[in-house]
Amino acid sequence: MKKVTFRHRWLPYLLVAPQIAITLVFFIWPASQALYQSVLRQDAFGLKTEFVGLANFAKLFNDPLYLESFVTTVTYSAMVAGLSMGVALVLAVMADRVVRQATTYRTLLIWPYAVAPAVAGVLWWFLFNPTVGIAAYALDAMGYDWNHYQDGGDAMMLIVIAAAWRQVSYNFLFFLAGLQAIPRSLTEAAAIDGAGPLKRFWTIQLPLLSPTAFFLLVVNVVYAFFETFGIVHATTSGGPGNDTVILVYKVWRDAFEGLNLGSSAAQSVILMGIVIALTAIQFRYIERKVEY
Amino acid sequence: MKQTFSATAIAALMALGASPVAAQTEIQFWHAMGGALGEKVEEIATGFNESQDEFKVVPIYKGNYTETMTAAIAAFRAGEQPHIVQVFEVGTATMMAAEGAVKPVHALMEDADIDWNADAYLPAVRSYYSTPEGELLSLPFNSSTPVLWYNADLLEQAGIEEVPSTWDEMFAAGEALQQIGHDCAFSFGWQSWVMIENYLAWHNEPIGTKQNGFAGLDTELVIDESESLTNLLQRIADSTEDGTFEYGGRRGDSLSLFTSGECAMWMNSSAYYASIKDQAEFAFGQTMLPLNTEAAEEPQNSIIGGATLWVLEGHDDSEYQGVAEFFDYMSRPEVQADWHQSSGYVPITTAAYELSKEQGFYKEEPGTDTAIKQLSLNEPTANSRGLRFGNFVQIRDIINEELEDLWAGNQSAAEALENAADRGNDLLREFEDANS
Repeated sequence: MKKVTFRHRWLPYLLVAPQIAITLVFFIWPASQALYQSVLRQDAFGLKTEFVGLANFAKLFNDPLYLESFVTTVTYSAMVAGLSMGVALVLAVMADRVVRQATTYRTLLIWPYAVAPAVAGVLWWFLFNPTVGIAAYALDAMGYDWNHYQDGGDAMMLIVIAAAWRQVSYNFLFFLAGLQAIPRSLTEAAAIDGAGPLKRFWTIQLPLLSPTAFFLLVVNVVYAFFETFGIVHATTSGGPGNDTVILVYKVWRDAFEGLNLGSSAAQSVILMGIVIALTAIQFRYIERKVEY
Repeated sequence: MKQTFSATAIAALMALGASPVAAQTEIQFWHAMGGALGEKVEEIATGFNESQDEFKVVPIYKGNYTETMTAAIAAFRAGEQPHIVQVFEVGTATMMAAEGAVKPVHALMEDADIDWNADAYLPAVRSYYSTPEGELLSLPFNSSTPVLWYNADLLEQAGIEEVPSTWDEMFAAGEALQQIGHDCAFSFGWQSWVMIENYLAWHNEPIGTKQNGFAGLDTELVIDESESLTNLLQRIADSTEDGTFEYGGRRGDSLSLFTSGECAMWMNSSAYYASIKDQAEFAFGQTMLPLNTEAAEEPQNSIIGGATLWVLEGHDDSEYQGVAEFFDYMSRPEVQADWHQSSGYVPITTAAYELSKEQGFYKEEPGTDTAIKQLSLNEPTANSRGLRFGNFVQIRDIINEELEDLWAGNQSAAEALENAADRGNDLLREFEDANS
């Protein structure tokens, strides 16, 4: 490999400066603020500030509801990632086989991604409204009494569907691109050897898609963990009971509704730790099963 | 584009014509009134702006109550706070505790040397926002109280001649309705406000110690100590089984249960008048909240919800003069009566109530005075003047969570109230620590 040398001593620093500035302003600074806030107790207006050490963290870990929220979040993220990737894969495989009108289908499938999470939340909230929602009406006709205001399971399904629906588009794009990158000659050769469509999918396409799938798994888990509080806020507000309080929603609610910045900052520090750990685990263990 | 153009044009005209206009002092007013109510707020501001030429009030819509309050607090922390901000009743303790951030209304009016009488406001409204010494802290603006809405057509079909006035009659109505094949008798929204805070005030029982928090920060919730409340909530939870009660969400979400005819009665704010009138395709009415005869023989008075206007510190005295004059303008009977009649909120001054009577509003729209009658039924007691607990926005969330676990059959009413009180007390202690 050819080594690049700069003649001026400061040029390399200058070139990398924008990236460093962005990282400082949008990541390091807010993250350090969160760390700082997490050891303080403040009234809402910031008039009185007191250093409380790790009391905010201690309080959280003594709160059974906060611990329950972990279970809720893990269940929720697994379901969102599973559902959105599964559906996207099926759609991508079907779209890959379509020859006519392919662009139209693709555009339609990508559309939901342009919808903001809160809007998606309201949309699904309306469809599943137990009194006036058309989806709830259909379920009722099939003999299922849907009421996400009262039934925690229904509420969980609602936020999973709302969160996954939007992500299907994103996943679809990547799966489709991944499928189209697989050389035709491979599948054709397998077909000549007598492998049926299912066999070809399992033994050729799916393994070759594994890098894409791995990437999407990371992205989807991060999405479910961090970007879906708008959906929860617009559909269930964490209810019924505490059944749909995912961690990031609790961070948002405690800070912006409860005005309890100390606890909220402590929670976001914990979340930051989780996402670092999660990414590390994914790259350390799951990536081994990926064939590039 | 068009808007930008006309804005520029106006700016240019003002610059041309204008030295006297340029001297106007601007007053920022952040509020949470969307839609038609927001337009009405604009109208009030315009009315004031046209009444004099020294000050200009600029109302800005900031989202729902929570969003408006947190936006103002964030702005204060950044030193960019508005002069006036509309804060809902549960934010009162937070605002009150913020000494140095808030300018009390009574002081504002005194400094501005305006002849203004706080006694013009209804006792039930005034006492909620006053110090224990009776000094008014924020300007009452939009207040409401929960009432019992009923579907007159359905009750008639079921042969119920009088609208229920006690909880026994509510359940009896449920049976009568089920005999004609109608499941849901009643539902309610804002359950902490309607079924706990107001229930206790209505039956003259305390919500918390220290005069419901009015007399100090070291207060504790006692909602789990009311036997009649525990029994009633258990009875309601049991009645979900045959569908007599149906739960439909935390805030106003269950409105559709009532307007679609699914539930015959609905307990929620009197301020739903406009929505119900707009949506219901049946004869409806509003009446006072039902009484639990196990707890009291006569109702006491209900307590308010809604919001008041708070003045934030950090501006020039000349600007506060304008705020005071604007508040004085808003307190006029004709402004208040008009706001009450178009919004469904209660008339908050006695004069506005009298004026509305004179104008024949209650004859034209029967039942619209239920809320105010309910609020002024008796002189408020320590149990019924309102509540002032810190972190109450979060405590309401807790109460919602525990009650939802009750309606779902996961716990008993006694457990729900006990959990809510315990978890709420933790937050009260946290607030006490942060503010003392």
